[in-house]
Amino acid sequence: MLESIIAYGLAMGAIYALIGITYNVMFTASRVFSFTAGMLGMLGGVLGALFIRKLGLPVIAGLVLVLAAGAAIGVITEIVTVRPVLKSLDQHLYVLSTLAFALLIQQFTAIEWSTEPQPFPRLLDIGPGVFDQQFWLPLAACFATIVGLELLYRRTLVGRAFLAIAEDNYAARALGLPEQRLRMASYALAGMIGVLAGFAGGEVLLAFFANAPMLNFYGFVPVALGGMGSNRGAVIGGFALGLFQQAANFLVGGIFASVAVFVVFILVLLARPEGFGGARAARRV
Amino acid sequence: MTDTRLATTAVPVGENPPRVAARLEALWPYLAIGAAAVALPLTGDTYWGIIATRACIYWILVAGLNLVVGFAGQIAIGWVALLTLGAYTASVLTAGTATPALPPFAALIVAGVAGAIFGLVVGLPALRLRTFYFAMTTLGFATIVTQIALAWQSVTGGGIGVPGPEFPGWFSTPWGFYYLCLALAAICTWMTANIAASRFGRSLIAVRDAEVAAEAFGIFRPTLLLTVFLFSGAVAGVAGGMFASLQSYITPDAFTFDLSVLFFIAILIGGRGSIIGPMLGTIILTVLPEFAAPLVAWSTFLYAALLLLIVLLIPGGIADLIDFKNRRPLERHREIAPRPEMIGPLIGHTAAAKSLTLENIALSFGGVRAIDGLDLEVRPGEVHGLIGPNGSGKTTTLNVISGYYAPDHGALRLGGDTLAPGGAHLRAGRRIARTFQTPRLIGAASVLENVMIGGTIDGHASFAESLLTLPRHRRDERVLRDAAMATLTAVGLEPLAGVRADRLQHSELRFMEIARALMLRPDFLMLDEPAAGLSAEEIKRLGTLIVAITRAGPGVLLVEHHADLIFDICDHVTVLNLGKILAAGTPSEIRSHREVVSAYLGA
Repeated sequence: MLESIIAYGLAMGAIYALIGITYNVMFTASRVFSFTAGMLGMLGGVLGALFIRKLGLPVIAGLVLVLAAGAAIGVITEIVTVRPVLKSLDQHLYVLSTLAFALLIQQFTAIEWSTEPQPFPRLLDIGPGVFDQQFWLPLAACFATIVGLELLYRRTLVGRAFLAIAEDNYAARALGLPEQRLRMASYALAGMIGVLAGFAGGEVLLAFFANAPMLNFYGFVPVALGGMGSNRGAVIGGFALGLFQQAANFLVGGIFASVAVFVVFILVLLARPEGFGGARAARRV
Repeated sequence: MTDTRLATTAVPVGENPPRVAARLEALWPYLAIGAAAVALPLTGDTYWGIIATRACIYWILVAGLNLVVGFAGQIAIGWVALLTLGAYTASVLTAGTATPALPPFAALIVAGVAGAIFGLVVGLPALRLRTFYFAMTTLGFATIVTQIALAWQSVTGGGIGVPGPEFPGWFSTPWGFYYLCLALAAICTWMTANIAASRFGRSLIAVRDAEVAAEAFGIFRPTLLLTVFLFSGAVAGVAGGMFASLQSYITPDAFTFDLSVLFFIAILIGGRGSIIGPMLGTIILTVLPEFAAPLVAWSTFLYAALLLLIVLLIPGGIADLIDFKNRRPLERHREIAPRPEMIGPLIGHTAAAKSLTLENIALSFGGVRAIDGLDLEVRPGEVHGLIGPNGSGKTTTLNVISGYYAPDHGALRLGGDTLAPGGAHLRAGRRIARTFQTPRLIGAASVLENVMIGGTIDGHASFAESLLTLPRHRRDERVLRDAAMATLTAVGLEPLAGVRADRLQHSELRFMEIARALMLRPDFLMLDEPAAGLSAEEIKRLGTLIVAITRAGPGVLLVEHHADLIFDICDHVTVLNLGKILAAGTPSEIRSHREVVSAYLGA
């Protein structure tokens, strides 16, 4: 049983961490919390099943198409739901516009795809039991994403520009950085990370439209607790959440796990609204 | 914001007939909807009867949620949890699976109480968490309530469900039940409209749109929000009980997230801060899928599309679309003509002469010393000017006095009393009022309502009294409205009393903020660059107004860059530089002070 807890826990943790990173990438580029993160994860599973199982494409082609779709949806999210309301960030209209957009896609999926969970194809056939690919694929995707982001942010000019925008929007614009294009690129990147989470975790999560709200919540918990914008917090929090949830699932049942996660989430936030890694916001008068 | 103004339209004091007409103008949509609803059974169409019943039940919940979402601006998207809770409470109690069976009306009351308690629980995080975080907690709560309903089989029947309560006698017939729901919906409409037109409704919108200013006028956000969550939860619980009865049998499947979406979107489509808007929104969203069977599956998709369109194209919602009054053009060349002679009777007090003193106040932000050992005394009946270059600590000083910042050390005294550091919402009780460098207005509310915010702490009626328009509430409103009208006349803005504040010019907003501060009948008034953006003529009028205020008793602390105004009206001037006093004295002393002239005033 311990192996199952660890295998499932790490797999789910990796998925939560990736969704958390999706939130972060969008947040650092625009200071917007977007409801689309969970929806992207859901789409990764659904589109993967559509391309590979239904249409019979090779795995690699399927992955490329899924990533492209994620990037496209990311860009649309930015143009339709974020850019128009960015001028009045203090009115929090982005909460509504991103929620509406996420719901649109989620409902469209429910109607056009299926309201029942559909199987996700086996991508590779490696490893017996707890070393099955369905458990380590999400881990590998998470690891690749972290390393990729680190290289992007530290080693490339575009990555440094991302960081500059995240650090100080006005200053970055004054330096002549194309803020709008960089924001769009960030959303495309977030879109790819989001669908990758659902694609890599497809066999665990299945291709199911209702994964969107589930991933939205459980992907948000680690970023909220770890501090918005902190990828390290998202990864540590994601794995902790995944392991805790699976342990509770196996030992005392799923309801207890949900209630416990919810209670911990609220209590920690009430004690430290900025999370463990975030900076306390200064009051603006 | 259409209907919260229903009784506060621009009516000069003492003219009663137009007020009645304005009331009618605001009431007719409710009367029309009500009449149609009462007449519906005449059609004999029971199918539409059920849909109308459902619309009534949804509205009972949405009316309460409207105060949370539309007025207080809290993004509570998981409100279906409270419907679920109310439905199960009422059903389980009448079915008697856990307790001796209760009669349906008693069960309904218990459902309301349970809803109120859990409304408080769901709302509690809103005191600390903002927007998205709070939205997520309500979402999480909704998921958990459904899971518990599924798992707690011995009581809720799990996935099999439990029968809903059946009301006795005539109420068990479809039309009898419909009238019961309609009556409850009408009561909820009436109660929320009362709140909307009370100081609580105005305070909620103030907390939403101008939180900092709300605090300065003594509005304490936590109590206000919790009261509203309590009320909203109670009506949601009652709605749940009625919903269970309508369904006649409930399972966790009946409470999908789609319902939450419907409630939430109905309010936003209707327009924030309105009551008729969300009511129309609820009716439209309930009825919309009925016009074509294929639409039923697509209903949530449609709601989401509507929400996106509304947010992007008309953030004001239906209420804005039908707000014809605020589309009539305003006069182009308006002049602000204050009547300083009216100020004295308005403030109407000569408080025991107490000085406001700052002793050795210091405050650092990180490594920056914003204020560095400041001593200051503002005496009653005097204008005290505070000048200095940008970043010298003027506004920070005001913020320390206002209680927004707690100083690192030093004392703040009013007469013999020490004012506690921080605690901004307690300053209004000490009769310390202020204006802001950038006007903090409630854009969607009328000028009159903005000014009435200033008198919030002088209201006596409790939330419950306002809910039921008991006499104390009506007296409060009358007194506040008359005082606000008189204050507006004194600062010269009375022709604009009924206009949405965001339609005003910048200079008018400055005078509006002064009027709002005067509503507090302050002992001390702090003005943060009131002359910024004013024409020369307006500055002159402002000066006369400020002098008239000090004549009536209060001390004024004036932060300003216009040297002429400062030297014309101040009795004392303090010059700050880098958080320290560079010079202090009478205007003529300052004008000839060598360092001040070279550092700040120029040759």
